[in-house]
Amino acid sequence: MHEFTYVAPSSVEEIVQFLAQHREKARPFCGGTDILVQMRSGVRRPSYLLDVKTAPETRLFEFDPAKGLRIGAAVPCADVSADPAVRRYYPGLAEAANLIGSVQIRNRASLGGNLANASPAADTVPALIALGAKAVLRSVQGQREVPVEGFVTAPGRTILNADEVITEFVIPPPQRGGADAYLRFVPRNEMDIAVAGVGVFVKMEGQRCVEARIVLGAVGPTQIVASEAMAYLRGRTLNEGVVSHAAELAAQAASPIDDVRGTREFRRHLVAVLTRRSLLAAAKRAQANQS
Amino acid sequence: MRKVAVQTTLNGEPVEFLCEPRQSLLEVLRDVLNLTGTKEGCLTGDCGACSVLFDGRVVCSCLVLGVEAQGAQIQTVEGLAHGNELSVLQRKFLEHAALQCGICTPGFLIAAKALLDHNLNPSESEVRYALAGNLCRCTGYDKIVRAVMDAAKEMREREAYG
Ligand SMILES: Cc1cc2nc3c(=O)[nH]c(=O)nc-3n(C[C@H](O)[C@H](O)[C@H](O)COP(=O)(O)OP(=O)(O)OC[C@H]3O[C@@H](n4cnc5c(N)ncnc54)[C@H](O)[C@@H]3O)c2cc1C
Ligand code: FES
Ligand code: FES
Repeated sequence: MHEFTYVAPSSVEEIVQFLAQHREKARPFCGGTDILVQMRSGVRRPSYLLDVKTAPETRLFEFDPAKGLRIGAAVPCADVSADPAVRRYYPGLAEAANLIGSVQIRNRASLGGNLANASPAADTVPALIALGAKAVLRSVQGQREVPVEGFVTAPGRTILNADEVITEFVIPPPQRGGADAYLRFVPRNEMDIAVAGVGVFVKMEGQRCVEARIVLGAVGPTQIVASEAMAYLRGRTLNEGVVSHAAELAAQAASPIDDVRGTREFRRHLVAVLTRRSLLAAAKRAQANQS
Repeated sequence: MRKVAVQTTLNGEPVEFLCEPRQSLLEVLRDVLNLTGTKEGCLTGDCGACSVLFDGRVVCSCLVLGVEAQGAQIQTVEGLAHGNELSVLQRKFLEHAALQCGICTPGFLIAAKALLDHNLNPSESEVRYALAGNLCRCTGYDKIVRAVMDAAKEMREREAYG
């Protein structure tokens, strides 16, 4: 690895001061499960690594049924998927966080790193978008809250400015009759990168779907929000036929590529299958949440 | 590059070392502290040969910086045995012939310890998931899984009967 300076800030204020001074030369660092691999292969060569997890604000983890969930950007995925409130109220996010790498990787990999790394296959990103999550960004100029939807603009590219750091994620409170789910397809059960992933949120009134969000991963340069499928589902009774049609619409929204992990046709087919299954899983959970 | 002084706790003992920020914890363990039990395989987080416990949690030491060990508790395979007495896990690996070339073994032992530290009654499927981040090119995994299940059984019995 190239030579660099490691900095362990004791607050977010210290992080943003440092970023304002050194900008592109400095790089936030959390679990290192993406960036250390990239630095070792010479893809990234920051002069300073700023350890965001040493600032206590980034380790925050708070759930309030009325206000929702706040998760610090540096909280490791293992803690996200093990948290009782996440498992109960945001099971799709727990599913996504629990799919990343191995136990070894999940003990280090953070939500902030998964988003900022901006891989089309990042597992927690579709789950966060489906939940309507926002990322809180800080710089010396102040704080802004941006939707996770639209955060990634191209593979490896985001709207994050060079002087900004993600401090936490804010997830809306659980809704009566609402629930999420995340499913992905990988050739191996653990330790593999998604060939396709689908995160959904649905809100049900009886058998009727009053709101649906469907977000596709690994089948385009960024995560794709399947708006047509979402609009189609609104107000409909979720039977096999309706769910299958929505799944077809979602598959049409995908713009997958051919690579070693799968062909375009295969990926489109996967999107339909995963959308159908995750909608049914979320609808079942949502119905259990109606009382 | 200037070296940084790091104070850490290694297998229960306070240790101080000097390292460059770019050195991984794996490099520090092997090349600075001469603890070569922890192995290097891929350096990309895929094989688990470099597994250590960091504040009680299993991580790939190839994806941790040595400087991050400041103030942390690190446990490596060297800390498993008590003097000349092997730990239950180590003994079961031998009894079940859960190793051939042995390069993956320290990583498997550490990952298995991380599981059993929290769950002394894992199902086979839980054992397989807990070890999914560790690769072995020799054994075909089955004997490793059986060794871990058997170690858990002995440790449960020991807990029950003192
Ligand atoms: C073996 C292996 C398996 C993996 N499997 C999966 C998988 O199944 N699914 C998946 O989605 N990913 C997987 N990954 C990728 C990786 O683990 C995740 O993307 C992880 O969430 C990254 O988090 P991190 O904390 O390790 O990030 P780091 O590597 O520390 O950082 C990643 C990027 O994010 C930036 N960054 C980090 N934190 C912040 C912050 N707070 N503010 C601003 N920028 C920040 C860094 O500058 C860097 O560019 C795998 C990686 C490995 C090594
Ligand atoms: S050497 Fe660290 S995971 Fe392979
Ligand atoms: S015993 Fe040789 S790699 Fe596992």
